[in-house]
Amino acid sequence: MIGADDTDAAGVPAEGEVLGVEGVSVALGGREILDRVTFSLAAGEFTGLIGANGAGKTTLIRVILGLQAPSAGTVRINGRNRGRWNRAIGYVPQKVQLDPDLPMRARDLVGLGLDGHRFGMPVPSAKRKALVDEMLAAVDAHDFADARVGTLSGGEQQRVLIAHALISRPRLLLLDEPLANLDLRSGQEIIALLHRIAVEHRIAVLLSAHEMNALLPVMDRVVYLADGRAAAGTTEQVIRTEVLSDLYGHHVEVLRLGGRILVVAGDADPGAGHHDHGPVRRAG
Amino acid sequence: MHWLFEPGFFSSQPVHTAFVIGTVAAIASGVVGVFTVLRGQSFAGHALTDVSTAGGSASFLLGISPLLGFVGFGLVGAGTIDAIGTQRVKGRDLATGIVLGAATGVAALLLYYDTIDSATTGATQTILFGSIFEIDPSTIPIVIAFCVIAIGIIAFLYRPLLLASTSNELAAARGIPVRLISLGFMAALAVAVGLSSLAIGAILSTTLLIGPAATALRLTNRTGLALITAAAIGVLVTWLGVLLAYDSYYWGSSQIAYPVSFFIVILTILAYLASGLPVLRNLTTRREQRRVL
Amino acid sequence: MTNAWIAATIIAVIAGVVGFFVVLRGSAFPAHALPNSAFAGAAGANLLGINALIGLAAFAGAAAVSIATLGRRGRHDVATALALVLGLALGALFVSRSQEYENQLYSLLFGEVLGVSTTELLPVALLALASIAAIMFLFRPLLYSTVIPDIAEARGVSSHRIELAFLLVLAAATALTVPVVGALLIFSLMIGPPAAARSFTSRVALAIPLSVIIALITVWAAIAISYQTNWPIGFFVGTISALAYALGRGWAAWRVWDDRRAASFKG
Repeated sequence: MIGADDTDAAGVPAEGEVLGVEGVSVALGGREILDRVTFSLAAGEFTGLIGANGAGKTTLIRVILGLQAPSAGTVRINGRNRGRWNRAIGYVPQKVQLDPDLPMRARDLVGLGLDGHRFGMPVPSAKRKALVDEMLAAVDAHDFADARVGTLSGGEQQRVLIAHALISRPRLLLLDEPLANLDLRSGQEIIALLHRIAVEHRIAVLLSAHEMNALLPVMDRVVYLADGRAAAGTTEQVIRTEVLSDLYGHHVEVLRLGGRILVVAGDADPGAGHHDHGPVRRAG
Repeated sequence: MHWLFEPGFFSSQPVHTAFVIGTVAAIASGVVGVFTVLRGQSFAGHALTDVSTAGGSASFLLGISPLLGFVGFGLVGAGTIDAIGTQRVKGRDLATGIVLGAATGVAALLLYYDTIDSATTGATQTILFGSIFEIDPSTIPIVIAFCVIAIGIIAFLYRPLLLASTSNELAAARGIPVRLISLGFMAALAVAVGLSSLAIGAILSTTLLIGPAATALRLTNRTGLALITAAAIGVLVTWLGVLLAYDSYYWGSSQIAYPVSFFIVILTILAYLASGLPVLRNLTTRREQRRVL
Repeated sequence: MTNAWIAATIIAVIAGVVGFFVVLRGSAFPAHALPNSAFAGAAGANLLGINALIGLAAFAGAAAVSIATLGRRGRHDVATALALVLGLALGALFVSRSQEYENQLYSLLFGEVLGVSTTELLPVALLALASIAAIMFLFRPLLYSTVIPDIAEARGVSSHRIELAFLLVLAAATALTVPVVGALLIFSLMIGPPAAARSFTSRVALAIPLSVIIALITVWAAIAISYQTNWPIGFFVGTISALAYALGRGWAAWRVWDDRRAASFKG
């Protein structure tokens, strides 16, 4: 466990903790995917879960959602240990395949977020419609509320999914690589939207990405994942040469260049290549 | 060995024919089947057996050669499925279903005329379930020729087909004409399936297409090895099935043999289930893990 | 003759409702495989001299469980193919052992709507009611799991359990419809009309009733024309369903073309 986190020494969470991850390790097929990951999120905080592909982001998300049992450690939702049917989390997965032929409007999809998991048939009511409309307005999706979800653009679908996640009034909004398939402009709009939601509705937002630069303007905290190990804190605390080198297990250089952050592989091997914070190549 | 091989087994002409046809069909089906499973087109493979069977019924009525009926209908069906299918698997299976439904409807009509035309009794049974012991030996050369054609198409398209089957986007990026490859594969599938449906009936055709290939793919990740394994498993279950079917005539007192299709299907399913046993899976995955590391 | 119309109506309703989810889930292959297994059950029941419906339901149910279980670990379409051929092979076995007459075999496969007796109608109607009730009970989680399985899973809706439940309902629907429309053709009804319906409307609440209506038109037309021409009802079910599907595809394509045209005007 590395990095400075604003919990006290014993790891007791600060007031109003929404999500507490404590010493979570996951071993699958003989490989250690996550190693004693620990961090804590409070309401209204916008947190980036940063890591290269294969660093363990999706596994960590699955553990938080209760889809993957950790081999060690605990997850606390709203201060209580995560049970099986905890529904205080709004989830937006990475890839959602929506058939263009699907006879479902955007507003219908949002409505599913309210009671889709319950048995029986949905009962239409004015209250329900008002709630759906409210969510659609919150994500600026009113214009295409009645269009087939499968025909919407990537950015539009993303908004609908966020509305769907929000309608059950979660305290934590969890998004898995929401920027991956969006163009720059749509990505920026989504980030701005999510930040607004975090602040206005006092929701903790945790979103995973392999590129942190787009998030820098709004990110309150970062959980940086490398080879299953995590460092958590503010950007200044975590994105530092010493901290990341410790995390990676070999020397990396953190460069700040014109408002952007670059993490570069160690200076021992000048030709080893650098990346604009993509996967870090191991020296040897 | 008398208890295993009932009298007359080795000298029986129908048995010889059954063996040759069955072996050839098993090899071609195994090879085409591996790609069918890889491409997730098991439904299309099965649908084509039924479509070509409709062709078989048509040939009865139209007085054309069964070969033409089976393979002809199969090719038309394959082309239609490919044309109206969509890129996504869900849409493709629905299109396949519609073609199958329409073809089955046509088959219903044709068989109806077969049944009222009393010259061809038992047409339904023969066409759907086939009878490997009743095949005319003179069809052997043509069956072999067409199976060679089917395998030949696969061999010709091997590398681009393999790439396109794993990832359409990657193949398209490399400049491979994905639609043409898809059509070519469907043609090979139609030929292999049409032939084996004619020879061994619709049920067996599907079984030998999917079963051994799926089993082989569970045992190995290497395509080349999978092709050989699929053909080998197919041939083995066919031989065993023919033997058991022949022997079953002598079981009990009823003097009715069990259908070959029954034995081959049971054996194929047993093989598939066996390939899932932990002991076998550890054997193959450990070997392959070591190679990767 | 009245029985034929009643039976056909019940079947169209079932096909329209259950078929809606078959199309949404892309479960065309299982929808084809289950009736074939059911056919084996009917042949076996015939051999044992018991009620065909029991054989139909038992075998279709067993096939549903096999597909759901085998399909969990291995490939789903392979599990379906194997269940299918097993059903057909067992059917062939039972038929060979019973010296089944050509006509009875034909009607099991292709349907014999005119041969439904009044006593047979009651269990069919009850089974149909049970199937509809099951779909209504499963409606929300089934829809949820079908459309966005990952999120549904996170909210406690297990895809595997839903798949098993759906296949069992499909098995029940299959068992009750096979004697009328035949093992080989029920699934055309479950694909063509629902596929058309979902192209014509963008709302689930409208798509299901529309699916039933199109299925009703298909079956009634098939019976009427079959009665006139003496041609088998299966032929008309297969071709009219294909026609419905084609109309749906055409409409969807026109909609896309129209949207693109409107968008290009906006610049």
